[in-house]
Amino acid sequence: MSTEIALGAGAGLSTELATEHHEHHEHHQSFITKYVFSTDHKMISKQFLITGIIWAFLGGLMSVLFRLQLGYPDSHFYWLQDVLGKFWVDDGRITPQAYYALVTIHGTVMIFFVLTAGLSGTFANFLIPLQIGARDMASPFMNMLSYWFFLAAGLVMLSSLFVETGPFSGGWVAYAPLSALRDASPGSKSGMDLWLIAMILFVVSSLLGGLNYVATILNMRTKGMSMTRLPLTIWALFFTAVIGILSFPVLFSGFILLIFDRNFGTSFYLSDIFINGVGALPNEGGTAILYQHLFWFLGHPEVYIVLLPAMGMASEIMSINSRKPIFGYMAMIGSLFAICILSFLVWAHHMFVSGLNPFVGSVFVLLTLLIAVPSAIKVFNWLTTLWRGNIRFTPGMLFTIGFVSLFISGGLTGIWLGDSAIDIHLHDTYFVIAHFHLVMGVASMFGMFAGIYHWFPKMYGRYMNNTLAYIHFWITLVGAYLIFWPMHYEGLAGMPRRYYDYSSWESFKQFAELNRFISTVVIITFAAQLLFIFNFFYSIFKGRKVTTKNPWGANTLEWTTPINPGHGNWDGEIPEVHRWAYDYNKDGREFIPQTEPVGADESQH
Amino acid sequence: MTIFLTIAVIVLVFLVIFQIAKASEYVGILKGEKETRQQANKINGFLMFGFLVLGLIGLYWCNELLFKKTLLVHPSASVQGEKVDSILWITLIVTGAVFLATQILLFWFAFRYQEKENHKPFYFPHNSKLEVIWTVIPAIVLTILVIIGLRDWFYFTGDAPKNAMVVEITGKQFGWIFRYPGEDGILGKKYYKEIDPATNSLGLVWKNDSTLHLKDDPATHDDIVMEQTLYLVKGKPVKFIIGSRDVIHDVGLPQFRLKMDAVPGIPTTMWLTPKYTTEEMRKITDNPNFDYEIACDQLCGNGHYSMKGIIKVVSQEDFDVWMAKQKPYYYLAFPDKDPDNKKVDSTAKPTMATNPLKNKAIAIK
Repeated sequence: MSTEIALGAGAGLSTELATEHHEHHEHHQSFITKYVFSTDHKMISKQFLITGIIWAFLGGLMSVLFRLQLGYPDSHFYWLQDVLGKFWVDDGRITPQAYYALVTIHGTVMIFFVLTAGLSGTFANFLIPLQIGARDMASPFMNMLSYWFFLAAGLVMLSSLFVETGPFSGGWVAYAPLSALRDASPGSKSGMDLWLIAMILFVVSSLLGGLNYVATILNMRTKGMSMTRLPLTIWALFFTAVIGILSFPVLFSGFILLIFDRNFGTSFYLSDIFINGVGALPNEGGTAILYQHLFWFLGHPEVYIVLLPAMGMASEIMSINSRKPIFGYMAMIGSLFAICILSFLVWAHHMFVSGLNPFVGSVFVLLTLLIAVPSAIKVFNWLTTLWRGNIRFTPGMLFTIGFVSLFISGGLTGIWLGDSAIDIHLHDTYFVIAHFHLVMGVASMFGMFAGIYHWFPKMYGRYMNNTLAYIHFWITLVGAYLIFWPMHYEGLAGMPRRYYDYSSWESFKQFAELNRFISTVVIITFAAQLLFIFNFFYSIFKGRKVTTKNPWGANTLEWTTPINPGHGNWDGEIPEVHRWAYDYNKDGREFIPQTEPVGADESQH
Repeated sequence: MTIFLTIAVIVLVFLVIFQIAKASEYVGILKGEKETRQQANKINGFLMFGFLVLGLIGLYWCNELLFKKTLLVHPSASVQGEKVDSILWITLIVTGAVFLATQILLFWFAFRYQEKENHKPFYFPHNSKLEVIWTVIPAIVLTILVIIGLRDWFYFTGDAPKNAMVVEITGKQFGWIFRYPGEDGILGKKYYKEIDPATNSLGLVWKNDSTLHLKDDPATHDDIVMEQTLYLVKGKPVKFIIGSRDVIHDVGLPQFRLKMDAVPGIPTTMWLTPKYTTEEMRKITDNPNFDYEIACDQLCGNGHYSMKGIIKVVSQEDFDVWMAKQKPYYYLAFPDKDPDNKKVDSTAKPTMATNPLKNKAIAIK
């Protein structure tokens, strides 16, 4: 690590951080400027990653807790009560209030803090400058702010777990009026205030990051790096950032209206409401459906914000480890672009049964099913990339294959739910849980794991332990299917989501045994994630050292930097790019880095 | 004590795994990077194939075990639901075929094309013909699904038949209130500020209120209001007018394969034609405890999971007998207007005494 200090033509960049630590004459960075208020995109990406891992641990733990309730509704966990206290666990049972709070915070944390900030934040920050050939982000300072807003958002969210009336408990979608009325639910009291503050800080963080990513990709590519020579990771991260920039402000406005309704007596979302124990509210003329439009205008693109980076990384890692070019590079970009556009035109498929005009609904059916076409193209292209390759099962590659499998499994059920004639039956059942966890939750998580295993050597100059990684992969893949596959059947029985207890329902109680099985698998799969977390932190300090610049034999620019690149990434000049990133096994050569000029007798692709 | 033991066992397992992992890394260094990689590659390649085979067996087994617990083993309880089932099956067949084909290819390719010493990968960056094929075919298949789906969707959301019975369903934390229009066939006006949980749970406008500028609506006087159980007629279309008193709820009818949100301030509608009476369905499902349950499908607070209603589907005769016994809600609020009370004036007192009790029972529910 000490090399990092001495290196770095761009070390001066860090002095842009004009705090009390600015010492222009000295290149030696203090602990604070290097690890805490760092403006180096690599350090910021590690900050995002580690914060994301902590949140993933907490979010995962929450799912274990509420799965305890679902799997063992009659058991008493007195030891849990000793640990968590009476608010969360009463008489050894998780309370309904705690259950709904856990479900809500699990969703919010996983989607926003882990799969948005943890995924995009980490890999956009890490890969964009390294793969396009830039010394840092367009604005390193904004980049730093983006992380600190994210951290603040997380701390506020965390603090909401400790307020007297509990954290917000109305689902991650926070539908008004439940979220707007303090008297409608204990979780909608101060827990919701903190939830909103956290989310607003998060939107700010996301916008600061996103604008930076777009500006960097468009303006700071090295010589020769035309847009059509960019690795697919960068294309995916680019579209992700664009989607975020265009949709997060809408969510923001939705939240602002919600804050007005909560605090200043307005009626944007409220009308004709009588609350038990309180009486009739004065609000009239608002519409609860407006909130859903504003929410899902982000909410659906958010799915692609989560998924596209995973797709990009999967494409890249798959090509490298199949030792073959990615099949249909232009089609891959085209389908990313199509998904990016369509992601803005499908939001109301979450609202088929909300009271939306059926004709409007029908338009959204058409647009929603359209999105299956670019998704299908991507899957077929990945399959063709594997075909006749020479596949190396590095941990990154394993998770990539797992990603494709999960994406197929979850994606296909999207065709069911996107069709309003089926959604009218399956909406808000376990079928939906199975669908989105496979296609977005676990698949993106697999993309993230793939990325971490693949780029860990670049991040820390060490490898993660392979054996632990293999164990982690196989338990997680099998676990993911064992958890979510049977949920399709629960959904086909009409079993609703977000129920604390099914035992009093004649229509749904036949799944008690299955729920116990799923919960048990959840615990085992969660334990396997601890292996990963251990492996990650252990390897940072004790992992096997990387000895060559380019351990995977990859073409992209990040592998031309020193093993432990300093701030500024390259010693001396930034390399020039002469070709696309996917010349693997072309003309009998195993790989041809992007920096190599095109030879005179080289065949064209 | 068991807790500590469990923790100790878990920690031990972790330690063992960690030691194995470390040892294998040292062995790897001794053996050389290349050989280690080849060995790990073989194991993982084999596991890819194993996962495929075991996965397919697991799929079959899971289906054997769970399919019988879904709704699909019994016919849909509504005419509309049959259409839901049919599009669902078509979609299942299409997506199921794609699922099997792509998953088998994925894991087979992974196994088949694992790294081998002398294998030369095929440089295959693109092929326009292939790409056009797998753009066009999914597009055509999806178009067909969209057409069928939308045809059904417009049928479900279209107007209910003229002869449909009308019932209003109102959600509240955490229960359902049902209202029949009574003899006049008209659901009288309501206004939420008139709501009184004890005597007027829906806020029916049945008295003049000058501060709110409300005029007594006679159509409310014969409306029949009840909680918990809703009675429907077999074979007779019914149109629900759905609303909510507080937050968003959802009228989820799994056996009828339909659902619709209950939104405060915005009435929504849904109509269906029940096919089997509750008794018939008990025989079909071979479950003497069977009931059509209304499940709230939109998170509405901490009691969401207990927000249940029951639908009793009965024959027309049974329905008429039952309906004849029902008293307009108006008389519960204004016992003095009840013709029954007027007739037997001497027994007015006991009736008066029972009425508030009834009201209370409703309020508590």
